[in-house]
Amino acid sequence: MLRFVIRRLLQAVPTLLVLSVLVFAWLRLLPGGPATALLGDKATPEKIASLNSVLGLDQPIFVQYFKFLGRVLTGDFGASLISGDNVLTEIGRAFPATVELALAALVLAVGFGIPMGYLAARYRGRFLDNATVLTTLVGVAVPVFFFGVLLKYVFAQKLGLLPPSGRQDVTIDATHITGFFTLDGLLTGELDATWDAIKHLILPAIALASIPFAVIVRITRASVLDVQQEDFVRTAESKGLTTATIRQRHVLRNALLPVSTTIGLQTGLLLAGAVLTEKVFNWNGLGALLAQGIERRDYPRLQALLLLAAAVYVIVNLLVDISYAIIDPRVRVR
Amino acid sequence: MTSILRRKAERIDELAEAGGTSLAADAVKRMLHNPVAITGAVITILFVLLAILAPFLAPKDPYIPYDELRANLRPDYIPGPMDGFVLGSDHRGYDFFSRLLVGAQQTLIVGVVATLIGVTVGMIIGGLAGALGGWVDTLLMRFTDILLAIPSLLLAISIAALFSQGTQWTVIIAVAVVSVPVFARLLRGAMLSQRASDHVLAATALGVRRRTIVFRHMLPNSLGPVVVQATLTLATSIIDVAALSFLGLGDNNTSRAEWGLMLAQAQSLLDVKPSLAFYPAIAIIVVALGFTLLGESLREALDPKNRR
Repeated sequence: MLRFVIRRLLQAVPTLLVLSVLVFAWLRLLPGGPATALLGDKATPEKIASLNSVLGLDQPIFVQYFKFLGRVLTGDFGASLISGDNVLTEIGRAFPATVELALAALVLAVGFGIPMGYLAARYRGRFLDNATVLTTLVGVAVPVFFFGVLLKYVFAQKLGLLPPSGRQDVTIDATHITGFFTLDGLLTGELDATWDAIKHLILPAIALASIPFAVIVRITRASVLDVQQEDFVRTAESKGLTTATIRQRHVLRNALLPVSTTIGLQTGLLLAGAVLTEKVFNWNGLGALLAQGIERRDYPRLQALLLLAAAVYVIVNLLVDISYAIIDPRVRVR
Repeated sequence: MTSILRRKAERIDELAEAGGTSLAADAVKRMLHNPVAITGAVITILFVLLAILAPFLAPKDPYIPYDELRANLRPDYIPGPMDGFVLGSDHRGYDFFSRLLVGAQQTLIVGVVATLIGVTVGMIIGGLAGALGGWVDTLLMRFTDILLAIPSLLLAISIAALFSQGTQWTVIIAVAVVSVPVFARLLRGAMLSQRASDHVLAATALGVRRRTIVFRHMLPNSLGPVVVQATLTLATSIIDVAALSFLGLGDNNTSRAEWGLMLAQAQSLLDVKPSLAFYPAIAIIVVALGFTLLGESLREALDPKNRR
């Protein structure tokens, strides 16, 4: 098992390296080159020239790349053009907000997606199945940001059931320890703060969950249908096992393997989805940081977020791989 | 490369093995019996017809403001249906109904051009990898795997951010780049499975030139899955264009009648005139659904497993 983990870790290294080359190339392709990108449009030629020599842009390209790699590895992404803060500090501040939102979305997508996919497969061709399939098809066709705006309009603005934006009511004087607002309230005993944070979390989490939910339903349904045809299910039936046992032990368990892969892939995609959702709900996380960075062309920030997102995606995939090897021992030898 | 990412790639390869144009006649027959396929096809055909005829159907010029509408325009009020203006005004005093109609054309153009670019570039990369094999294949596929490792919306965002100003073309390019690695993988996989097939081996044994084998035998038989994916990509392209516009990376010619752009602009006007957002949204959803239904049923029809 340990050898498997080490092998997978080593395999992720070249991927990340090539990604760093791409981001390096990307930074050089930006309008005006990296110096203008870092200093902004209003930079004087003298400033650009001095930054060029500081960045070593007069040196051979591979030397430049290794210097860039060195800065990336030491976490030196420079200062944000918008806030002037170190980009990594900014990211650290916004990180808990996005993780909180992504986790909530994931819980919704998995918690509703797997049972619905399973039920659809069990009642294949019946009304429940058709309705579920149609829902997931429409779910993927609706632009995520519009779904978010719609939720906000109906449940927050028209019905007034839930708060329209932000992470917590400004009137609540909550103590923040971890940056996870729902957790902070529990830790300090300020239960009203936790309740308020949860109310703020519901709508954005539903919006963000829409696509992973649809994908998980469809994969679960397809996978259960596949497994039901397997020989071992027929064997179990002929052994005289009860339907309930067959469903739980033989069908559901085996059907969940491809679902776990999908959940992993979707988790990696949540950051991308968060860009749209956070903008709709004024959620101050990584997505909002990115959206704001795009509007103002804050390239140091964009570069760091891009690398981070790709790295997270690769690492999440790695974790899914490892969990897969734990669930299914056959994967280890492949 | 982690194995999950490879699995994502392998899944594309599996799709690639699923079809071939030799099944075409059979597939068409099966699709005619499938209500899902017919629904998808009807939506698609109506959309394309609307896109072509839009300039003749539109009662007004969608690109000029009308004084009758502008006179009634206030920050908290946008005129609804009135004489000669079926759906009233948009937020600038343009004829909303005409913009919706012409929007079909712009949306189709952006979606089709983006998909065509993605298909073409992807097919060149995948075709070279599949036809030449060896280190060319390894190098090109490594490259596409890396692109697949970046979440697609983020990839589109970073491409769009490369341009100091958004135009119709920067949006098209950003959306097209995202689909390039998918098409490359798909065509390569299909061609690899063709390379091992009997008819290609027979042609090789007969001494047919490699170029002829690739263009006459391998390529035509590999196109099925590419067509399926292209249909599905049309749907995602249209949605991605809307997302880029919403993020401020869209076409900076904000008066252009394109559904994604119209939807993104109408977000802040929900309280004033919700239909400004609803109609473009419903149009996008229906069209994306149509392409998806058509693509999925095409895939099912081309799958040899379903052949009776």
